[in-house]
Amino acid sequence: MFAVPALLVVTFGVFAIAAASPFDPVKAYAGTAALGADQETLDRLRENLGVDRPFALRWWDWLTSALTGDLGHSSVLRQPVAQVIGERLVWSALLCAVAFAAAVLVGTVLGVLAARRPGSAVDRAVTSLAYTLEAAPVFWIALLAIWLFALRWDVLPAGGLTDTGSAHVTFGQVTSHLVLPAGVLAISQLPWFTLYVRQGVGDALAEDPVRGARARGLSERTVLLGHALRSGLLPVLTLIGSRVPELITGALLVESVFSWPGIAAATVEAATAVDFPLLAGLTALATAAVLAGNLLADLLYGLFDPRVKLSDM
Amino acid sequence: MTCDAPAPAASPAESAWRSHGPGRRSTRALRVRTSAVLVAATVLAVLLVPPLVQLDQQAVDLAAKLEPPSLRHPFGTDDVGRDLLLRCVYGLRVSLLVGVAAAVTATVVGTAVGAAAGALGGWVDRALMRVVDTFSSVPHLLLGIFVVAMFRPGVWPVVISVALTHWLSTARIVRAEVLSLRSRPYIDAAVSGGASRWRVAVRHLLPAVLPQAALAAVLMVPHAMWHESALSFLGLGLPTHTASLGTLIQTARGSLLAGQWWPTLFPGLFLIVPTLAIAGLAGAWRERLHPRHRSELML
Repeated sequence: MFAVPALLVVTFGVFAIAAASPFDPVKAYAGTAALGADQETLDRLRENLGVDRPFALRWWDWLTSALTGDLGHSSVLRQPVAQVIGERLVWSALLCAVAFAAAVLVGTVLGVLAARRPGSAVDRAVTSLAYTLEAAPVFWIALLAIWLFALRWDVLPAGGLTDTGSAHVTFGQVTSHLVLPAGVLAISQLPWFTLYVRQGVGDALAEDPVRGARARGLSERTVLLGHALRSGLLPVLTLIGSRVPELITGALLVESVFSWPGIAAATVEAATAVDFPLLAGLTALATAAVLAGNLLADLLYGLFDPRVKLSDM
Repeated sequence: MTCDAPAPAASPAESAWRSHGPGRRSTRALRVRTSAVLVAATVLAVLLVPPLVQLDQQAVDLAAKLEPPSLRHPFGTDDVGRDLLLRCVYGLRVSLLVGVAAAVTATVVGTAVGAAAGALGGWVDRALMRVVDTFSSVPHLLLGIFVVAMFRPGVWPVVISVALTHWLSTARIVRAEVLSLRSRPYIDAAVSGGASRWRVAVRHLLPAVLPQAALAAVLMVPHAMWHESALSFLGLGLPTHTASLGTLIQTARGSLLAGQWWPTLFPGLFLIVPTLAIAGLAGAWRERLHPRHRSELML
């Protein structure tokens, strides 16, 4: 099990980087008042905040209280970090889940279409589209999507979770506000998935089972969907767990463009305001998510590939 | 394309069907040629325009603010009337510079770590690879955001934060390459000829690894540019007065919401076109370096 030590090392590294940086927690806490304060007051504050001690000790304190659910207090959002995570995690999870499901669905369709006739016009169109989308920065796509759908055509809201002025979070409003961010996030995950499905199905189409199925006179549809897609998709599905970092990267940008009240947007806010407790908590959370994704990938691999025994891992 | 952020380069399309049909070869040649022309154009524009063209990219012309693309301003003007084509060229220059600096730093670190892990083996290898694994379990942009937030935005924090997250893949590639080279007869010959470890590493292993490392470095430049622009876009990268492609898109947000699309569109295109061109060239290069092909040559 690599996850627990990795998480420990990452959080330790976060505290070490903070200790090495010019960032001063006392000044961040006191704000502009720190400019005029005398040294004695600053020192007392430093002692009260507990930041006069070495960073390793502070890390240990943070870790032990984190295990009890106390991740410190966010200065920019004026809430306990645990509460920030609790309130926002559900929106991020919703956004990522919808986007990922859409990317998997569309990516499978496009990948199969491309793999069916390698080198055909469809294949080349899909491949070029995938490479272009892969090269396009997701925040740029997001801005152009806002321009097109929210300003030019005025069919979808430009950002936020609900309309401004509405007091309640209703299903319809969330859905209409979800379309653009989830669509853009899906587009950012689409190229990878499409290219891998194309590769997997294309390889499967060249293998013996497919030749055998064709020789038995099965319809092209059965061969493609029943044989090639099934064996070609499995390796791709197992890679899904390892895509968590890219999903988080995409969410960081998409959420802040669309003012989506999720965790990723909070991370950017925390970074802009140098809110260390929030940043540390969210970095730890993201790392945990990546490690969980890797674990999921391993488990899926063991589940789908009978040659891998779970006890070996 | 396992763990890195947006990898425009690593193509999973390396299989046999590629060379089918008579038309494929010429398409590929065309692609390589187009990519080469575009890369050359980018490099020339970035190197030559600033010294040769006596135009001030910061020249404000409030009478001509937010003009749509026209003959006089092919990309239009921004919210204080600066010519966007010129701003984009200067922005590309900054982004490319940051990208190349970060890619070179990351490649040097990655090659050193990978070569050390591969050549020394044993516990050093295990420890170094654990470090690589740990680093890759933090999403790259998040780690970059964290470093930049702690060290204040600026050119060097951005370069360092991008380099910090990009040496991992190079280290893995170089280590794998060194491991496969270690068992080759010419290394055995060098060792039995009494060459020291250091000499084997520097004279025999490193030159053999360099093509792969250089390829990784070239592929990393668009990555690093993407990273820089993402950080700058979030307001955590370069200061807004340094026009990079990311800061251009960030400052264009205001006018985009007022309906002007051109300040956003063109910097993005300036990011996409070099990325695709570099990926196209590197793809052709990789085909030449194809492991099977190369090992045939060596034997």
